[in-house]
Amino acid sequence: MISESSLEKLKILAGAAKYDVSCASSGTQRSNTNGGIGNASAWGICHSFTEDGRCVSLLKIMLSNYCIYDCAYCINRKSNEIPRTSFTPDEIAKLTIEFYRRNYIEGLFLSSGVLVNPDHTMERIVSVAKLLRTEHRYNGYIHLKAIPGASPQLIADAGRWADRLSVNIEIPTENNLKLLAPDKDFKSVLEPMKIISANILESKAERKIHRNAPLFSPAGQSTQLIIGATDDTDHTILKLSSALYSRRDLKRVYYSGYIPVNSYDTRLPVLNAPPLRREHRLYQADWLLRFYGFGSQEIVNPENPNLDLELDPKVSWALRNPHLFPIDINKADPAMLLRIPGIGTRSVPLILLARQHQRLNSTHLKKMGVVMKRARYFITCNELRSQNIQELKPELVRQLLLEKKAIGNDGAVQLKLFHPMMPALR
Amino acid sequence: MNVFSFDNTFEGLLTLIFESYRQGRFPDEILSGEGSPGVLFGSTILVETDDRKAERVWKGIISHSSEENAHRIYRVFLADIRDTPLLLAKFICFTIDSVKNEETNFAEPLVLEVHKIHQKVCKEAHRVQMFVRFQKTIEASYYASFAPMYDVLPLCIPHFRDRYADQSWIIYDLKRNYGFLYDLKNVSRVVFDELKVNTQNGQLHSALLAVDEILFQKLWKQYYRSICIQERKNDKVHRQLLPKRFWKYLPEKGIL
Repeated sequence: MISESSLEKLKILAGAAKYDVSCASSGTQRSNTNGGIGNASAWGICHSFTEDGRCVSLLKIMLSNYCIYDCAYCINRKSNEIPRTSFTPDEIAKLTIEFYRRNYIEGLFLSSGVLVNPDHTMERIVSVAKLLRTEHRYNGYIHLKAIPGASPQLIADAGRWADRLSVNIEIPTENNLKLLAPDKDFKSVLEPMKIISANILESKAERKIHRNAPLFSPAGQSTQLIIGATDDTDHTILKLSSALYSRRDLKRVYYSGYIPVNSYDTRLPVLNAPPLRREHRLYQADWLLRFYGFGSQEIVNPENPNLDLELDPKVSWALRNPHLFPIDINKADPAMLLRIPGIGTRSVPLILLARQHQRLNSTHLKKMGVVMKRARYFITCNELRSQNIQELKPELVRQLLLEKKAIGNDGAVQLKLFHPMMPALR
Repeated sequence: MNVFSFDNTFEGLLTLIFESYRQGRFPDEILSGEGSPGVLFGSTILVETDDRKAERVWKGIISHSSEENAHRIYRVFLADIRDTPLLLAKFICFTIDSVKNEETNFAEPLVLEVHKIHQKVCKEAHRVQMFVRFQKTIEASYYASFAPMYDVLPLCIPHFRDRYADQSWIIYDLKRNYGFLYDLKNVSRVVFDELKVNTQNGQLHSALLAVDEILFQKLWKQYYRSICIQERKNDKVHRQLLPKRFWKYLPEKGIL
């Protein structure tokens, strides 16, 4: 039962789960059913923000922080002497419902250290989701972790109750994974992803025939990569992400700047601070892959294996491809508009609509939210030509852009995902 | 100078538009509410709200633009800022007088201004959905106080009604002194004369709280603290995403 003594358990098990960065609660639109509690909103809702600037959307917690594995990068590894405890499935369900009823959270994100064996652990995780959906008649969001090595049947069960499943790859190359996590290999991680993706496809196909066929993990699956714990380049990382997006149909790949939790382990690098800037650039690149129509080869390639930490990846790409610019705002097609630095997914629809009414000039663009201090070097519009990248050459534009942001902050910036309510455009 | 005065309701504003066209006089200034200094101008046109006239203007807006545009006008009206009635009056007249549908002409200052306020209103409504915190009462119903910048509670009610269908709740706007009550069947508007609430933090008097309410607030606060990664502290982003004006209503930010 939940009582004052749960405070200590919560402290340990939430603290153990905090390095998992996923917090999305979007991707499922589900209404409440008769007499039940909760719904899932398609765009997701954050309910609070911690002092590290991350959103709190879900009750992100571990069922237990006991673990039989000994992964070098993980705080919960077997050889660490830390306080260990477990919640029962009942306690987690009760806590979720009570938090949910008070509008503290959007749902549950449940993970666990590996107890006894993967199947045993997966069974306990699934039982919490089942409890919530059946006994508590809960229709809110549930994100479950699929434990590497769990049987296909248990993963299939999990997908019936959950909105999203995820398996963390953590280390982007197999050699490094084996080095840091001797109990795991790529197969044990990629296999569950394959099962999940096959089940999702099957469920989608069935629902085209029978409208009421059961859903399987309707908000898809996601994964996480740790950045900076190994020597893998951004090229390796983004190639992997891009393959996951296209071949496994992942909804999200999360990047987690490595925080030295086990600094005594000599297999790991010594860092003064977590690589937040690099993590931020990777998220920007990830956005370019998913929303801006870029291929990973355009962002990083063998000649430029790492992202430029000083400039965002879209600007870097534009500077490497000066022959494509300047672009005429009043004529260019949407795909090309999206590629202009300083113009994003919010301003493109406005530009497209507004230019049907009249020709646009830079004042219009500025008011619509285009970042002119970046865009000015890459566009022409309905006015006299200004100095653009053709006349100034990429090196000088780079200098000019860097001067403008000499006093930037080094912090990780949370990318804004969606405008909450549909704005003017549909 | 044409000065209009209306009762500060949305129907009132629409009636005002109707009267403008009927009299061929368009507003240069709009006064709202009772305290309008009518004598000062001598010629203030007093608009009496008429639902039928309002309905005609509503339909007129839809036929000259779109249903979405009409709803957008309503949401912008909820911004509850002094200048919005005049802006909206101009925008509605612009919509009705235009040959084509101009609602997407963002190069036109009026359209862009309305669009921007609309986004602010929607954002605030979304924030209500994010930051409302219910307290369980001894009657096992749930109470929340809030003070949104704009009058957005009406926009949020469908969300709460669907999500919390099996618990009765009240969401109360402390700034505007009204709220909505859901009794497991219907949602109704309520005004409390005597509110047993600490207006500093929106907390109900402790005698009214369910026995385990404080425990769950404590658990939530403990969770909120434990989930933060100290090595990544970023105060600037934190304040951007969670503006200070909301802190007093959030148990995780309180001193409990």
